[in-house]
Amino acid sequence: MDILLGRVAFWTMLIGMVAGTSCSVVGCYLVLRRMSLLGDAISHAVLPGIAIGVLMSGQIGGIPSIIGALVFGLLTTLLIEVLHGQGRLTEDSSIGVVFSSLFSIGVIIITREARHKHIDTDCILYGLIEAAPLDLVTIVGFEIPRVMLTLVPVMLVILSLVFCFWKEFKIASFDPVLATAMGISATLVHYLLMSMVAAVTVSSFEAVGSILVIAMLIVPAATAHLLTDRLISMMLVAVAVSWISSVLGYWIAAYVNTSVAGMIAVIAGGQFLLAVLFSPKYGLVSRAFRNGALAVRIMSEDILARLYRLEEKGDSLASSSASHSGAGVVLRWWSDFLLRRQGLVSTEPTGKLSLTESGRHRARELVRAHRLWESYLGENFNLAPDHLHDAAERMEHFIGPKLQERITEELRERDSDPHGRPIPPQ
Amino acid sequence: MDRAPHQNRPAVIDIHDVTVAYHRKPVLWDIDLAIAEPSLVAVLGPNGAGKSTLVKAVLGLVPLVSGEVKVLGERISRERKLIGYVPQRESVDWDFPVTVLDVVLMGTYGRLGWFRRPGKSERQSAMECLERVGLAPLAHQQIGQLSGGQQQRAFLARALAQDAVLYFMDEPMAGVDAATERVIFGLLRELHSLGKTVVVVHHDLRTVPTYFDDVILLNRRLVAYGKVETTFTTENLRKTYGGQLAALEIAAEAVQASARE
Repeated sequence: MDILLGRVAFWTMLIGMVAGTSCSVVGCYLVLRRMSLLGDAISHAVLPGIAIGVLMSGQIGGIPSIIGALVFGLLTTLLIEVLHGQGRLTEDSSIGVVFSSLFSIGVIIITREARHKHIDTDCILYGLIEAAPLDLVTIVGFEIPRVMLTLVPVMLVILSLVFCFWKEFKIASFDPVLATAMGISATLVHYLLMSMVAAVTVSSFEAVGSILVIAMLIVPAATAHLLTDRLISMMLVAVAVSWISSVLGYWIAAYVNTSVAGMIAVIAGGQFLLAVLFSPKYGLVSRAFRNGALAVRIMSEDILARLYRLEEKGDSLASSSASHSGAGVVLRWWSDFLLRRQGLVSTEPTGKLSLTESGRHRARELVRAHRLWESYLGENFNLAPDHLHDAAERMEHFIGPKLQERITEELRERDSDPHGRPIPPQ
Repeated sequence: MDRAPHQNRPAVIDIHDVTVAYHRKPVLWDIDLAIAEPSLVAVLGPNGAGKSTLVKAVLGLVPLVSGEVKVLGERISRERKLIGYVPQRESVDWDFPVTVLDVVLMGTYGRLGWFRRPGKSERQSAMECLERVGLAPLAHQQIGQLSGGQQQRAFLARALAQDAVLYFMDEPMAGVDAATERVIFGLLRELHSLGKTVVVVHHDLRTVPTYFDDVILLNRRLVAYGKVETTFTTENLRKTYGGQLAALEIAAEAVQASARE
């Protein structure tokens, strides 16, 4: 149990959660401003700044690295804008050119100059979240991991910036033109956000590595975007996703003995996949479910209407129709089942279906909608009589009482459809 | 101010010798015009004539190569609160996680200034603006769930919430149905009757005589500015639209219609 709930476990998960909080809050703006790629670029391009910071101060992390990263983060943003602004290069190409060049410069500085300073490119890419809790410092009597000394202040700065400039960030992200017209400079907000990305990256990279930083910047925010309709709830959900990733990711990685950072990113990706499938509003499964429910409703209503018409002619309908095949059979079977359960139809001993009293009532409404629509089309459009039925067959399921009333008003007391059949009264 | 048309009162807006360039190619040349009195003005011109650029130049959104813009005798940077703006509908991401009320509240951000947040009174005035455009029942919907015409009306409600003296609207009538168009124009009339100036980038020449008092005819340079009766003529439209035949036919139709009225 020690490996799952002990001191090291506690600190590792907390480091993941603190880094995840800063990343996913800033990430919400990146995702909404469609700048995910820019976040990716900045998190790589700050490497020379970090390297220079390490060279100057002789230690990884800390103030010099953060300043170096901020300078290079802003430089990246500026260079991308200049290249793109020249009009010859598209934005994605500019991003590609700038970040790969700066990242390579960082790699060269580190491999040539800083080899002996306990820093290498592997550590920057993959991080060492497992080792971070072992490197402790004592602050007012408490032993805490050294990385927390940068992670926590950066998180607090990010959260207070977001709190103070909530409306400025919101309007500059939603409608930068209006923001600028109002005197809230969208450019200033843009650079402030990019500095925040740089600060988040440099504070997190030592603990969790830049690959996990990118995952934490984009994946929780993208997941939350699928699940929410308000900015504040999007941020809270994004933070929750990053926390779940940190806790579950650590536990699973400790259990199967694999890379913690990798597993955290995988869990985040897994949550995104779940959101893609099951988001109530935008999810694939929920959409398929809604379509399925609609198909069943239409089939049930078609059966009811058919029974009604047959009753009009004094006929009846066998319970399983041979006219369906494949998925249609399942749909028909399920619709029959539901209709019986709702008490709208009953099966006679001969195996024939017949309408119950409430079923007849519902069917009359449907046939009324169908024949009203036929009459309406026949009256207002130049359609051949044999073209009316199919159109009405599609529409009958969607014509509610309100629309029926309007059509009745327009048709002025008509009581039969263009084929001469009576329109049932309400 | 030697150029002010009234002795004591400065012009609502005074555009003095403005030239704007993108990538060193000028898109607007030497624009010189002053709107002296509160009025309802249409900005007309072919595609690429610089209509939107003119609006952006006035709002200080694009740098001027030369010239200056004054609003009520003051430089624009000092009078932003007096100016309302309705951008083109396509300029924003309608999937953005905000409600209709949130969007209207953004209209109040300019006068709130940095740090301060919209409070109860801002909320109330935003709801009133939504009521005026008939969207109050949809206040808490996410904006992407609105139809095109409703989105345009939400933008208009936001402009109302700005409570400006001078409004610029970039094609507010693009892609809306006839009913919404009437609602929008009703509101523009109302704003005008409250003594506000409304400048609308417009593309439908047919509706110009019905809805506007004044027109600005633009094709990279200012072709003409004045009352609809005197300025919205076939001759001026030919100068503005050049060889665009289809546009000219519509224009001729519109001029005839305005003559009949």
